[in-house]
Amino acid sequence: MVSEIRDERVRSVSRLSRLLSRPELGAAAGTVLVFVFFAITAGGTGLFSAKGIINFLEVSAQLGILAAPVALLMIAGEFDLSVGSMIGFAGILIAIPAVFWGWPIWLSLLFTFAVCGGIGALNGLAVVRTGLPSFIVTLGSLFMLRGLTLGLTRGISGRTQVSGVHELAQNDPLNSLFSGQVFSGLIAWLSNIGLIGKRADGLPSISGIPVSIVWWIVLTLACTWLLTRSRFGNWIFAAGGEANAARNLGVPVARTKITLFVMTAMAAALFAAIQVLVTGSADTLRGTQKEFEAIIAVVIGGTLLTGGYGSAVGAMFGALIFGVVQMGIFYTGIDTDWFKLFMGAMMVIAVLFNSYVRNRAMRSR
Amino acid sequence: MFSLAKLVKPALGLLAGFTMMAAATTLAAADETRVVFVTHGQSGDPYWSVVKNGMDDAAKTLGVKAEYLAPETFDMAKMAQMIDAIAASKPDGMVVSIPDAAALSAPVKNAIASGIPVIIIDSGGSKLTHDLGGLLFMGQDEFQAGVTAGERIKALGLTKAVCANHEVGNSSLDDRCAGFAKGLGVDVPVMNGVIDPTEMKNRVIAYMTAHADTQFILAVGASGAEPTLAALDELGLSGKVKTGTFDLSPTILQAVVAGKMEWGIDAQQYAMGYIPVAMFDLWKKYKIMPIADYPTGPGFVTKDTAASVIELSKLGKR
Repeated sequence: MVSEIRDERVRSVSRLSRLLSRPELGAAAGTVLVFVFFAITAGGTGLFSAKGIINFLEVSAQLGILAAPVALLMIAGEFDLSVGSMIGFAGILIAIPAVFWGWPIWLSLLFTFAVCGGIGALNGLAVVRTGLPSFIVTLGSLFMLRGLTLGLTRGISGRTQVSGVHELAQNDPLNSLFSGQVFSGLIAWLSNIGLIGKRADGLPSISGIPVSIVWWIVLTLACTWLLTRSRFGNWIFAAGGEANAARNLGVPVARTKITLFVMTAMAAALFAAIQVLVTGSADTLRGTQKEFEAIIAVVIGGTLLTGGYGSAVGAMFGALIFGVVQMGIFYTGIDTDWFKLFMGAMMVIAVLFNSYVRNRAMRSR
Repeated sequence: MFSLAKLVKPALGLLAGFTMMAAATTLAAADETRVVFVTHGQSGDPYWSVVKNGMDDAAKTLGVKAEYLAPETFDMAKMAQMIDAIAASKPDGMVVSIPDAAALSAPVKNAIASGIPVIIIDSGGSKLTHDLGGLLFMGQDEFQAGVTAGERIKALGLTKAVCANHEVGNSSLDDRCAGFAKGLGVDVPVMNGVIDPTEMKNRVIAYMTAHADTQFILAVGASGAEPTLAALDELGLSGKVKTGTFDLSPTILQAVVAGKMEWGIDAQQYAMGYIPVAMFDLWKKYKIMPIADYPTGPGFVTKDTAASVIELSKLGKR
């Protein structure tokens, strides 16, 4: 009798338990919990109408665009607290050349992405060269960028808000990449057959899907591919798991981290580009506290604060939970003075539930 | 290899530079009038940005030395320390805002007692100014401005309103909402908003979905008004649900011109920056000072007048 010789180094794991040990499982469970909560408390209020869904998805999408690369960076064991200030800074970098110096929008967008990428590289260089915690280094850049933004904007424009971007962007080749809607035809058709409600003036309640939602999904998929299917992804896990061992094995830890800081800075620039082109104005206060919201989304998504474990899809669920809670509480009719209390509590419950589910799944292996 | 010494040297140089600049500031020529503003409004705030522009323009035009100071956050203890520190540097005139009388009365009183003339702007009001011994009060009484706004809406026959507050916890914005409810004569719910324009816009959409009978939305600043306009546009309610706002911006003025917004309430805060500088210059040279308070608002900018101030708003003067 000849039996197959099994390699003792390989343990066979069933598909189910492999699924259960994925970092985003807990976050997916948390998302379900939050949806159930709002289905009960705000079911009939329009939160789950087409308009309501787009409403919270748009908030989730903008945060999610930030959260995906932040997740990769946190898996590599670093923080970037400067992304919030970078949003304000990037917005001004887009608006000022366009409004005051007559640059075409596409040029000021390219300029902004280049400058922000450069600052991201500086953040990364400062972290790997000095060996200081990235928390401290990027806390410094958080304040420096805010100061720079305010100083530049007031110095050039005499105001702290720069508006008038809408008119300039109308015929720009890059405008529709960042603002506007997609699938308008499909939405109109769905509305005609009665699946999507109509406004008082007879138009469909939504005119399309905001392009930011597409960015969110594409960016999350790209980050997921990078993390799980590329060599760079292995380097990220190695750098966050045990940097010294990784270095000894030949992983370019410094280069990996610097690249990730460039990515988070560019994501902030993308966030800013979307907000500036959608609202038509830039403001020195934009992006305030987004650095924390991005970290919250990533942590809800199951990424460990200590690095070495996590996922980009988890961050997507985290951003979704954040968006649903942010907007959902509004539909429940809870007195808005209590808003932040509920939001904080919902967040903590979602994270607790998330880690409970994950621990159960890990134990059952 | 990273070297700490390389970093330390330029940092020390920079520090020395700042110290020298600060010293030069205090030792400015004795005949030049020096006016210092200590307010609770960061110059990053669009409203206070205009105050600072007024101050800067006056200083340049009149050849007066003017400085603008404000704590980084709404921190009254810090502001009290700043007032003490500035008083010790003996300026020719001090301009302060008093959003919290309990915390700031003592340092302002001390400054006045030590011989520094003080003008109070924006918050504090007339009575407090004269109780403390200030020369005069300039500004817009936020509560009264709110009352006027409420009365105007009542006159249009509207009763179902909401106050969209983009910065809950800022007492002057609370005053605007409270005054509005008084003027309208009915309860007006406050909608909690945020600075982030996307979230603010979507909250207005959510609120309007849940309260479809709302007839009027009052925004209490530009950061709330612009997303409110966007939300009404998206809902197809632009012009149907009426809206108005405190403070101005080019976008707000264009909306007023287009009939999408009833009015913007102008506190004319440029004057709060400009005029005290001029007054203190006259005070130092000729001991001239107006004998009555100077209310700067509420000035309602409506469809008839909005077009003429758009350019000025772009320049940060309105």
